[in-house]
Amino acid sequence: MSAASTENAIHTGRFARALIYLVLILFALFYLLPFGIMVLNSVKPLAEITGGNMMALPQVLTFEPWAKAWSTAQIGVDPTGLKPYFWNSIKMVVPAVVISTVLGALNGYVLTKWRFRGDTILFGMMLFACFIPFQIVLIPMARILGLAGLAGSTPGLVLVHVVYGLGFTTLYFKNYYQVFPTELIRAAQIDGAGFFRIFWRILLPSSGPIIVVSVIWQFTNIWNDFLFGASFADLDSQPMTVALNNLVQSSTGVKEYNVHFAGAILAALPTLLVYIVAGRYFVRGLMAGSVKG
Amino acid sequence: MSFLKIDNATKSYGALEVLHNVDINVEEGEFLVLVGPSGCGKSTLLNMIAGLEDITSGTISIKGTPMNGVHPSKRNIAMVFQSYALYPNMSVAQNITFGLEMHGIPKAERQRAMEKVSDMLQITPLLKRKPGQLSGGQRQRVAMGRALVREPDVFLFDEPLSNLDAKLRVDMRTEIKKLHQKLGTTIVYVTHDQIEALTLSTRIAVMNSGFIQQLGTPKEIYDTPANLFVATFMGSPSMNLLNVNVVSDETGLYAETKSALDEVVRLKFPDPSEALKSYAGKSIKVGIRPEAITDPEGADRNAQHLEHVTSRVIVTEPAGSDTFVMTTMGGRDCNARMRADAQVQPGQDVVFTFNMDKAISFDPETEIRIA
Repeated sequence: MSAASTENAIHTGRFARALIYLVLILFALFYLLPFGIMVLNSVKPLAEITGGNMMALPQVLTFEPWAKAWSTAQIGVDPTGLKPYFWNSIKMVVPAVVISTVLGALNGYVLTKWRFRGDTILFGMMLFACFIPFQIVLIPMARILGLAGLAGSTPGLVLVHVVYGLGFTTLYFKNYYQVFPTELIRAAQIDGAGFFRIFWRILLPSSGPIIVVSVIWQFTNIWNDFLFGASFADLDSQPMTVALNNLVQSSTGVKEYNVHFAGAILAALPTLLVYIVAGRYFVRGLMAGSVKG
Repeated sequence: MSFLKIDNATKSYGALEVLHNVDINVEEGEFLVLVGPSGCGKSTLLNMIAGLEDITSGTISIKGTPMNGVHPSKRNIAMVFQSYALYPNMSVAQNITFGLEMHGIPKAERQRAMEKVSDMLQITPLLKRKPGQLSGGQRQRVAMGRALVREPDVFLFDEPLSNLDAKLRVDMRTEIKKLHQKLGTTIVYVTHDQIEALTLSTRIAVMNSGFIQQLGTPKEIYDTPANLFVATFMGSPSMNLLNVNVVSDETGLYAETKSALDEVVRLKFPDPSEALKSYAGKSIKVGIRPEAITDPEGADRNAQHLEHVTSRVIVTEPAGSDTFVMTTMGGRDCNARMRADAQVQPGQDVVFTFNMDKAISFDPETEIRIA
């Protein structure tokens, strides 16, 4: 597949082009504004925020709020900063994303290439996971976590997110593998590859784009989840989102807005990073028209 | 003991039987072509031989071993698919050796086998490329290389040429035939293209709606089709079918019909069989291939029984090497194959020469050839 060409682009006059760019830039600025304000205020001393204009550029540049948000801010009862909770989130997100993506890929593989009686009904039932609101499953989930002895632990949270994400990842991979030529599977069978070898050697290497989609989706959802984190985590397994809430919502002492802004950016950084790094591959994957004849 | 034995094999999906009691014996080194229109069950039968579809009843054995329930990889077969089915993530070399790797062949041996095959198919310069970077013809070669490298007992081809353009298809057809003559392997080949079937095969099984209509050499199939389906399916342009009345008098047995000039035409049956004689006074269908109806100068010199009929030309189709001339007989279109430089214009009345040696009679009810 050659690089995308501009041959098919619609040719417009200089003026129209300038107008298009102007509108695009305006919109981009509009969307960037909140983030810009957050960044600006996270590098100001608190006095500048409380005493004056939130929109102004900082007169004294300081990274103190970032350091404080990261390692010394009062969260709950301990002055630990967000750091331990950041690692809690990582310890929850990475296994949950990996497990749900791998299981989703396996499900998609089985549902399209190793079909069995009742597979469409099973798939339809799995899709319910995409439509059930979080709140409905809170109590049954709490009961199950309790019975399994996983209540208030990171593995418990991983389980919750894997179960909840499976509907989506299965849907993605099933749709992707649906158009994957079945003759390839048959050729591999004749060549002597078994169930897992076909998956590992033939299917997975061709699944790049959909893996990226699944990872982006799962990562953002799990990282940003607050409800499950607040409901099922203990003090030592609370994810970043819950800690950020505790930081910002604390009702005692002075509201350190600059620290709050820094903390909020810290909490948003990983998802931002995932989009910036993987988003390119995501778009490229969608454009490339992966397998052809 | 035949090499590949298909014994009373049937295939059903639920209550629907799609393949009915198929019996075929293939000897070692034979090139069997399964041909028929789409939906006739030919690909299903091939997949049953490959082990990709279950056999509902009956047995399929290779070298005397029943293959029912044996995994495809353990049947010692190789298959070339219509879409080539090359693994898109692997290089040509990896594609070719993947099967050997899965069968636990050591690396050095795999390398040797691959070199031999890529040399034979002239794909050595392509070994490092990915399938996406190959042309249709190159992919076809790689797919054959992947099959050849395993040195299987039976090669299975599933419409391997239908994704190629017309010229390449003819080239690859010749190449497959050469390969078969050189290696002497047993091949089962599925196609819907009757030309491919006639040119490649040592034997043809013509299939329709789950039944084998006729099994025989290309010549048998072409010259003595068992029924109307085989007669019209094989050959291009297809066989002319004339509705005629069988008339008997002291000089012999005749097929009586009307030309495009509305004149009564009597075509004499040479050496009619007793079976045919019993149709006297009834109407039957007579099949004559276009090349058996010519201009008088273009008639087969060795033909014993030529009949000259004047009729009106409706359409001419110059095809370069020949000119196809259409008239009507008994109200139905009748296609004649004349020499390229025959001076024939639409609307003219010209002499058509029927080579009655090649005429075949069919019962209009049962559609079976009258022997």
